[in-house]
Amino acid sequence: MNTQIVADRELAAASLATMWKIRRFEEAVEDLYGRGLMHGTMHLSIGQEAVPTGACLALNKDDYITSTHRGHGHCIAKGADMERMMAELLAKETGYCRGRGGSMHIADTETGNLGANGIVAGGIPIATGAALSAKMRGTKQVAVSFHGDGAMGEGAWHEGVVLAAMWQLPVVFLCENNLYGMSMSSEKAFNLDQLSDRAKGYGIPGVTVDGNDVQAVYDATKEAVDRARAGGGPTFIEAKTYRWRGHSKSDKNLYRTRDEIDEWRGKDPIPHFEALALAAGGLTQADIDAVRDNVRTELRSAVQRANAAPDATADDLLSAVYAR
Amino acid sequence: MTIETTAAQPAAAPATAETVTMTYSEAIRDAMRIAMAKDPAVFIMGEDVGTYGGAFGVTGELINEIGPDRIRDTTISELGIMGAGVGAAMTGMRPIVEIQFSDFTAQAMDQIANQAAKIHFMLGGAVSVPMVIRAPGGSGTGAAAQHSQSLEAWFVHIPGLKVVMPATADDAKGLLLSAIDDPNPVMVIEHKLLYKTSGEVRTGDIRTPLGVAAVPREGKDLTIIATGVEVSRALEAAEILAADGIEATVVDPRTLKPLDSDTILRTVKATGRVLLVQEAVRTLGFMSEVSAIISESDAFGYLRAPIKRLAGLDIPIPYAPKLERASVPQVEDIVAAATDLVRKW
Repeated sequence: MNTQIVADRELAAASLATMWKIRRFEEAVEDLYGRGLMHGTMHLSIGQEAVPTGACLALNKDDYITSTHRGHGHCIAKGADMERMMAELLAKETGYCRGRGGSMHIADTETGNLGANGIVAGGIPIATGAALSAKMRGTKQVAVSFHGDGAMGEGAWHEGVVLAAMWQLPVVFLCENNLYGMSMSSEKAFNLDQLSDRAKGYGIPGVTVDGNDVQAVYDATKEAVDRARAGGGPTFIEAKTYRWRGHSKSDKNLYRTRDEIDEWRGKDPIPHFEALALAAGGLTQADIDAVRDNVRTELRSAVQRANAAPDATADDLLSAVYAR
Repeated sequence: MTIETTAAQPAAAPATAETVTMTYSEAIRDAMRIAMAKDPAVFIMGEDVGTYGGAFGVTGELINEIGPDRIRDTTISELGIMGAGVGAAMTGMRPIVEIQFSDFTAQAMDQIANQAAKIHFMLGGAVSVPMVIRAPGGSGTGAAAQHSQSLEAWFVHIPGLKVVMPATADDAKGLLLSAIDDPNPVMVIEHKLLYKTSGEVRTGDIRTPLGVAAVPREGKDLTIIATGVEVSRALEAAEILAADGIEATVVDPRTLKPLDSDTILRTVKATGRVLLVQEAVRTLGFMSEVSAIISESDAFGYLRAPIKRLAGLDIPIPYAPKLERASVPQVEDIVAAATDLVRKW
């Protein structure tokens, strides 16, 4: 039996803080973009916060993750600094990528994040490679590859999982099934009752969990990670969740209904978690308020400091292409 | 903007170094054996590289010496292998990925072009991808259109990759060892027709630096710049031309990216005539870039004749031996073009 997160004051506060950080960070990004103060494009994961929160709780700092174009949540949950993330999105020299990557390419090697990826399923074989590296170097590190349901139509997904299964590598393929690959419904796209049914075809364990429940995601990830560390090979996890916002800024939501969106807004993972923590006694209302207020202060300060940082400079672009 | 030229690296080991005769293929194997003995992070991954010994026999019996953990057979999954190479390279390993035919890089292109090449830059320099991709290119084996292409220009066109094309056994070893040392993804395009050719190869842990051209022959009448299998054809043509009183300089860039423009321009200035020879199709080929570099430089003022390109026809490589031969520059084509250039101008 795993730790009951909501009953453990420290874990509950940390998990709630992670979810709020993701939510507030993305709301801030959306606001800055809407006011013309942020450039480019971005993909928001509002509504999906419980997946990275639960999954990263099962990981060590030196475990690896690969992330996606919708990656702010993974990055924050693995421990990245919101100021450097915000600075990157604001095209600042102090950003994680010095303004060269933006929202879709943030990596944080200090916390094992090998990077968000603008190519759907691009991170799948990379996670397989990181797991291969861990196995060959004889460490006990595990790699978790976050990806969306859309990635499961890509050849890279297939090839990355095939190699991981053949070599029994310490990797977890964690699908955030938010029900749509851009506009393509995963129900229409894949002729499966649940996406985890596919795991059997690759000879690896597969499980489907409620992706809006931190505990459910944590439990599934913990089991997979423990098995991987013990040499038991890869696992596939489907975490069912929902993105409240459109795919990106061009999305007019023509492929889904307002009722559907509202139904899922009713399953907001944050108040759900707060209610469970209150009931279990892990957090008091005062604790919950404090977490929310602290995150708000932290985020506000991150935005202010990022805004004050110098813009990214073009001076050394040519010399930045190759490592020395 | 021309192709980036980096500062010249230290010169190769002195010519007095001990050498031994071996094939191009053996030289590559020797390089990999040396690198793996020295650094436990180096490993080989690819289709049939283990017991089979590689489709062209390059890995040979390395699996018996080094074992299946580091001579790692894969499924037929070029994209997966390439991505696994990227992930391993980002996390402390130094993979050598063998792609059975360079044509199959098309299957792996996302991981080459969008991942390996861009990660260092795109992530703000926080990570590097020290991996080597070995892939045989070129025609001449009757394998037809999907197993015979010369795709080097694709890779040169992607900032973040380095590209080498060894033309001799010694360079096959020296360039590969330099590629393994390099902290960037390096595409090593070998040539199938060269695998069984022999040459003198320096023994031990030697290097041919990246970004330094070779000038295997010097002459006063024209400069022939050639890559890959066309280097040996150019040298053979130069012998025939010499008998006819035409003295050719032959330049082998060896590294296409970074390119040693200095050596190219110096030799062009010295002869005033230039013949560019590539096996790849003509349009937007690597030699088009070389031509542009010469045209944009002060070497232009030294030219006594227009720059001449000899290249593969703009067609897929055909199967029938006569057709295949007619598709890419042969020795007699180089002789004819060089003679024309010198006699007319």
